[in-house]
Amino acid sequence: MSKVLPLTGNEAGAEAMRQIAPDVVAAYPITPQTELMHRFADYVADGVVPTELILVESEHSAMSACVGASAAGARVMTATSSQGMALMWEILYIAAALRQPIVMPLVNRALSAPINIHCDHSDSMGARDTGWIQLYCENCQEVYDNVVQAVKIAEDKDVLLPVMVCYDGFILSHTVERVEVLEDHEVKEFIGPYVADRPLLDLDHPVTYGPLDLQDYYFEHKRQEAEAMRNCKPVIQRVAGEYELLSGRKYGPFDEYFTQDAEHIMVCLGSAAGTAKAAVDELRDAGEKVGLLKLRVFRPFPAEELIAALSHAKGIAVMDRADGVNSIGGPVFSEIRAAVYGHSSAKISNYIYGLGGRDIDIDMMKSVFQDMKDGKYAEQAYYIGVRE
Amino acid sequence: MPEKGWRELPIGGKILQGGNSVEYETGSWRTYRPVVDKAKCINCMRCWLLCPDSAIYAEGEEMAGYDYMHCKGCGICEEICPVDAIEMVLESEKDKIPADERGVKAIEEAREKAK
Amino acid sequence: MAIKLKELSHRESRVAPGHRACAGCGSIIAIKEVLMAVEQPVVISFATGCLEVATTIFPYSAWRVPYIHCAFENSAAVMSGVEAAYLSLKKQGKLPGESGNKDIKFIAFGGDGGTYDIGFQALSGAMERGHDMLYVCYDNQAYMNTGIQRSGSTPRGAATSTSPAGRVIPGKTQFRKDLTKIMAAHDIPYVAQSTPDRWRDLMTKVQKAMEIKGPKFLNILSSCFRGWRCEPQESLEVTNLAVETRFWPLYEVENGKWKLNYKPKKHVPIEEWMKLQRRFQHILKPQNKHLLEEIQRDIDRRWDELLFLCGEEAGPKPEQS
Ligand SMILES: Cc1ncc(C[n+]2csc(CCOP(=O)(O)OP(=O)(O)O)c2C)c(N)n1
Ligand code: SF4
Ligand code: SF4
Repeated sequence: MSKVLPLTGNEAGAEAMRQIAPDVVAAYPITPQTELMHRFADYVADGVVPTELILVESEHSAMSACVGASAAGARVMTATSSQGMALMWEILYIAAALRQPIVMPLVNRALSAPINIHCDHSDSMGARDTGWIQLYCENCQEVYDNVVQAVKIAEDKDVLLPVMVCYDGFILSHTVERVEVLEDHEVKEFIGPYVADRPLLDLDHPVTYGPLDLQDYYFEHKRQEAEAMRNCKPVIQRVAGEYELLSGRKYGPFDEYFTQDAEHIMVCLGSAAGTAKAAVDELRDAGEKVGLLKLRVFRPFPAEELIAALSHAKGIAVMDRADGVNSIGGPVFSEIRAAVYGHSSAKISNYIYGLGGRDIDIDMMKSVFQDMKDGKYAEQAYYIGVRE
Repeated sequence: MPEKGWRELPIGGKILQGGNSVEYETGSWRTYRPVVDKAKCINCMRCWLLCPDSAIYAEGEEMAGYDYMHCKGCGICEEICPVDAIEMVLESEKDKIPADERGVKAIEEAREKAK
Repeated sequence: MAIKLKELSHRESRVAPGHRACAGCGSIIAIKEVLMAVEQPVVISFATGCLEVATTIFPYSAWRVPYIHCAFENSAAVMSGVEAAYLSLKKQGKLPGESGNKDIKFIAFGGDGGTYDIGFQALSGAMERGHDMLYVCYDNQAYMNTGIQRSGSTPRGAATSTSPAGRVIPGKTQFRKDLTKIMAAHDIPYVAQSTPDRWRDLMTKVQKAMEIKGPKFLNILSSCFRGWRCEPQESLEVTNLAVETRFWPLYEVENGKWKLNYKPKKHVPIEEWMKLQRRFQHILKPQNKHLLEEIQRDIDRRWDELLFLCGEEAGPKPEQS
C-alpha cells in the first residue's frame, strides 16, 4: 500500500533515506542539498532512524567517512552538490574501486567559477568516469524511486559499486510535487538487510583494505571494476522489475516518448525532459514525427539499448546541461554519438542549455526540433538560451 | 605467489589474509647478519621489541634467535643490546657461524598455512 | 601498570615480518610498539605514506589487525566512519561474528605530512567531533615516501629535497609547527608525545589512551635514517638524543592537565642531536653559527614554556652563556 505526499525533491530523498534507515550517514551542508540533510537530521534527533550521523568538517571527509563506514560493514549514505562533490573527487574513485556500495543523492548544481547555486549537470557529468553508477531523475517521484532502487542495485553482489542519484537543484530539490511513497516495511523488505563482504569489523578475519598495487596487479583490479559496471545492467533491470511489482511504476535505462516512429529524436536527461515532452506533444499535435528519449541510467551507459532505440531516426539532437569545454560538445552528446556510430545514418547535433540554472522553455525545445527539420546540424555544439 | 587473473582475485583489492607478508622474503636485503651470543644475553627482550622487522624470536620469555628470512641486517639490535651480546657479521662470512634454519622453517610454515 | 617486556614477549607483533620498510626504519618501530601495547582488538587506518606503502604491497599485507588505507589526507576521517559504523551496528546488534561482544579500539595513523599538513583538517574535525579513537602521528619530519620533501614538521635548518642547503638558503627557513600543542588546544581528553626509543614511555601512553574514552592524540617522533641522513642502526639513538636535547620533550596532557614525563639531567646542546644527522651538517659550519644559536634559543624558549605549563621548576641552563 502506498500513500501520496506533497514533497520536494529533497524531502522525497529524505523520506527514502528515512525508510532505508542507513547505519551511517555523513553530511556536510551545501545548497541546494541542505534541506535533505535538515530533514534527515530531524529523523536522527527524534530517534526515528538508528543512523549514526557524522557531521563532518568537509565533503572530502564526508566521502572518506563513508568509505570507512562502508568498509566496516555498514549501509552508508551521504548527499552533496557541486563544489561539495568536487571536493570529494579523489575519494569518489576510491569508493568505487574499493567496491563500497555507498548511495549518494547528488543535487545537481553548477560548478564555480563564477560561483552559482543553480542547476546544471557539470558536477555529476564531470564524475561520470569515477566508477559510480549514475541515475538521473525527471521529477520528485523519480527521486524517491531511484534512491530506493539505488540501495538494492549498489549492494547486489555482482555489482558492489556506489550509486549517485542525480536530480536537478532547485528545479526538483525545492519544488513540491505529488509523490507516492511505499510503506516503510515494503521498502525494508525490498532492500533487505545489508551483509557486507569481509568487513573490517570482522575481527576473526583481519582484512587489509586499500593496499598498494604495482604494475603487476592494478590492471586486474581495474578490469574487475569494469566488469562490475557491466554486470550492473541486468541488475538494474531486475531491480526495476521488482520495483514495478511493488510500486506499479516502470523503470528502464531510459524512457521513450513517441520515439518508435519518430524521424527526429531529442535525447535529454533530468527535469528538462518534462519540458521536452510538452514540446513533443505540441509538435505531434501538428503532425510532426518527433520523439524524446529520456536517459535515466548514464552509468553504466546503455549503448546497445540506445542503438536499438535511436538508429532508425533521421536526426538526433542531444541536450547537454554541462559543457565539456572541449570545443566539440557536451558529455551526453559525445557518448551518444560514439554509441550510434556505425549503427545509424542519423545526423546528430548537440545543444548546450541551462547552465547555471538558466531556464529552458517549450519554444526553445521546439526550435531544436525545427533545426533538425530544417537540416541544421553542426559539428560543434549549439548554445541555446545564451545571450549573444 | 603465482599471479592470479582478474576473475580470481578478491574484489576491491582486498588482501584477505592480513599478515601474509611473512611469505615475502626480506632477508636477502642483508649485508650483515646479527649473531647472538646466548652466553652473554640476559633476555631483556629489548631487541625483540625494537627490531623493525619482527625478526627476533621470543620463546618462554627468552630471546630465541633470528628469523633470517626476514632480518634485513639493520644493526639496531646490536646497537641497543645493553650487554653487547649481538654482533653483526658480514653475510659473506656467515659460514663461520652456526647455521640457523629457523627462519626457513617459519616461512615454510607460513606458506603451508596460506594454502 | 608497569610494562614488562618478558610478559609482553608472549604477544605476537601485530606488524608481521616481510614488510618492505627500509632496514632500520625508526617509524615502523614506533607503529610496532603502539600495537604491541594494545591488548584489545583493534582496527587501524593509515594515511598514504612510507609505512602504508611498505606494509601493503599487493598481494602481501603485514597487518595482523583489520586495516584500511583510503588516501593521504583522510586517515582520521576514514576512522571516524569506521567508529561510527561500529557504534551503529553495535546498538542495532548487527556486528559480525564474535565482534559484537568485544570492545574494539580504533587507531588512525598518519605521517607528519598526512597529519600536520594535508590531513590536518580531517584530524582536527575528527577530534572535535569526539570520536572514540586514538590518532597516532609518526612524525619523521618530512614527506619521506615521495623523496624527503619539507613538511610543516621539518625543523628549521634541516635540508630536504625541497628545502636544500644551497649557497644562499641554508635549508628550511621556517620553524616547525608544534602540532602536539595545537592538539592540546582541542581540549580533548588525552594528548601526548613520545619516541620509540623510549618504549616504556610510548607504550604506557598508548595503554593509557586505550583506557580513555573519546578522542586521543599521540605524536611520536620517529626517525627516518634516509631522510635524516644518519646510519640505520642509529635510528633509535637519534630520537633518544632529540629527547635529551629537549627538542622533543616527553609530556602528556590529560584532561587539560600538563605533565612532563622526563626531565634531562643536563642541558645537552642541540648540536649533539644535529651531529648525528647530515641533514643539519651545514648548520654546524662556523658561518651558520647564528642559525644554530637561533635554533637553540627557540628550543630553550619552548622548553621553558612547557615547564611552565607543566608546573615544573626551570631546568638547568646552558653552561656557557
Ligand atoms: C592528495 C595527495 N597528494 C600527494 C600525494 C603524494 N604523496 C604520497 S605519500 C606522500 C608523503 C607522505 O609523507 P608523510 O605523511 O610525512 O609520511 P612518510 O612518507 O614520511 O612516512 C605524498 C606527498 C598523495 N598520495 N595524495
Ligand atoms: S639486524 Fe635489524 S632486522 Fe635484523 S634482527 Fe636485528 S634489529 Fe631486526
Ligand atoms: S624512507 Fe624512512 S620512513 Fe620510509 S621506510 Fe625508509 S626509513 Fe622508514
